[in-house]
Amino acid sequence: MSSAWEGFELFKQGAEGRVYKGTYLGRPTIVKERFKKFYRHPDLDEHLTKERMKAEARAIARSKTAGVRTPCLYLVDFESRRIFMEEIQGSITVKKFINDTLSDCSEEDSFRTILPVATEIGSIVGRLHASNIIHGDLTTSNMLYSLSTEGQISITLIDFGLSHVENSAEDKGVDLYVLERALLSTHSNAEKLFPLILQSYKKVNVKDSKLVLDKFEEVRARGRKRTMVG
Amino acid sequence: MVIAIGFEGSANKLGIGIVKDGEVLSNCRRTYITPPGEGFLPRETAQHHREKALIILQEALDEAKVKPQDIDVVCYTKGPGMGAPLVSTSVVALTVAQLWNKPVIGVNHCIGHIEMGRLITGADNPTVLYVSGGNTQVIAYSRRRYRIFGETIDIAVGNCLDRFARVLKLSNDPSPGYNIEQMAKNGKKLLKMPYVVKGMDVSFSGILSFMEERAESLLDLGEYTAEDLCFSLQETIFAMLVETTERAMAHCESSEVLIVGGVGCNLRLQEMMGIMCKERNAKLFATDDRFCIDNGAMIAHAGLEMFSHGWKTLWEETTCTQRYRTDEVEVTWRGE
Repeated sequence: MSSAWEGFELFKQGAEGRVYKGTYLGRPTIVKERFKKFYRHPDLDEHLTKERMKAEARAIARSKTAGVRTPCLYLVDFESRRIFMEEIQGSITVKKFINDTLSDCSEEDSFRTILPVATEIGSIVGRLHASNIIHGDLTTSNMLYSLSTEGQISITLIDFGLSHVENSAEDKGVDLYVLERALLSTHSNAEKLFPLILQSYKKVNVKDSKLVLDKFEEVRARGRKRTMVG
Repeated sequence: MVIAIGFEGSANKLGIGIVKDGEVLSNCRRTYITPPGEGFLPRETAQHHREKALIILQEALDEAKVKPQDIDVVCYTKGPGMGAPLVSTSVVALTVAQLWNKPVIGVNHCIGHIEMGRLITGADNPTVLYVSGGNTQVIAYSRRRYRIFGETIDIAVGNCLDRFARVLKLSNDPSPGYNIEQMAKNGKKLLKMPYVVKGMDVSFSGILSFMEERAESLLDLGEYTAEDLCFSLQETIFAMLVETTERAMAHCESSEVLIVGGVGCNLRLQEMMGIMCKERNAKLFATDDRFCIDNGAMIAHAGLEMFSHGWKTLWEETTCTQRYRTDEVEVTWRGE
């Protein structure tokens, strides 16, 4: 193990753990280390960490079958709490992409630039849900934007720690609700962005989009109508 | 120099406080306490507020050594909260405003908590965890709004604690949450229960049902003590709160956390949040029960900030509302 771990450098501390960059078996690699969180009870920490590593590994593989781009898995090591996976080279988070575009371009230009990305996000989430994969933490920080050699836009989905496989419209609705909320709080143009995402979502997830969107409206109403007593 | 008086009565606390440009001159409060096993109902709570309002008002003026004519603006909680207690308190505020001939400002309760927390701790631009009997939100400031990144999708964390205290028939004095906290200190055995995090959102209703269904039989079988159950509940739901706060911090690239709201004075929650912050080189800001729990000074302070930046609530608009989201208010008193 130690030999595989040599030369890796801390890249950032994410929400779930530390992220390192390096080379594994000659390939550019990202390592996500879910270090022990001492704020929570050791039994709870152990349980959650195992569950999430399993969820992540499973969903990454399953999503590929569903036609959604995810990093290739190289190694899952429960002992050291590390997952080794492909580094998506030349990528930035969709969050950064959208915010950079908004600050660099006029409103009209930025809309034109972001439109295909929004469409792609909708179609990715649609494909996931059509295969009953619930991501659990859909935010623009968890989507990577890159361009293929032919100049095609490519979105890679990451951070599947909260994912699970579930056929219920409720869970899919909540998944969309989480995405909407993340957009609204992060991006100033979210009001325009989200309908575009839903539009392409509907096209891809033909099977149960009607049911899911009804549930989504329901979940949304629950949040908005919930009495907020001080 | 501006002096503001604030009236807060959105739940079972009635608070009246006076603030002079960020300095708290007085902050008086009474809590409506119900018998063990019972929660507070709107009508009785409003009655409590009506009975105590004038006594507390006199106390607040005396303690601050301020005369009505020295006051520049009267602030009251517009919402969110329980209808009857909100209205009973606002009536007092509006009446004195008329008698003293002062302008009025209706304040969002959640904004009051956030601004008070920032004032007391000196936190500059924190990710805010707002946890109380009625609210559970992870908030960050951007583009002139306090934006809600995560929140409960059903009941509030404090509501979950309060209702669990009713199952165990714990005293509501000084508060059910405080008594759970004390019991939890002697708990050792962790009961596995649902852990429900959806992105930056959390859910507590499933956990509450789980505990309500099992508590009695677990205690009867002698497998867990009441202390163990309090301990397990706190460990689980607080871990969920710390986790979602951390997720919001990573998403917003923030390195400060501020905890506000009644549940925020729980020392175990503060301890857990502190460890998380240390692990990512962030700084934790928290306050004690004087300012965490609903109080009048926070409404006075937030109202004073608004007043100083040109806000004024028109007489026709001095209403109350049970639903008033944190992100509805445009924050004109802070920069981008």
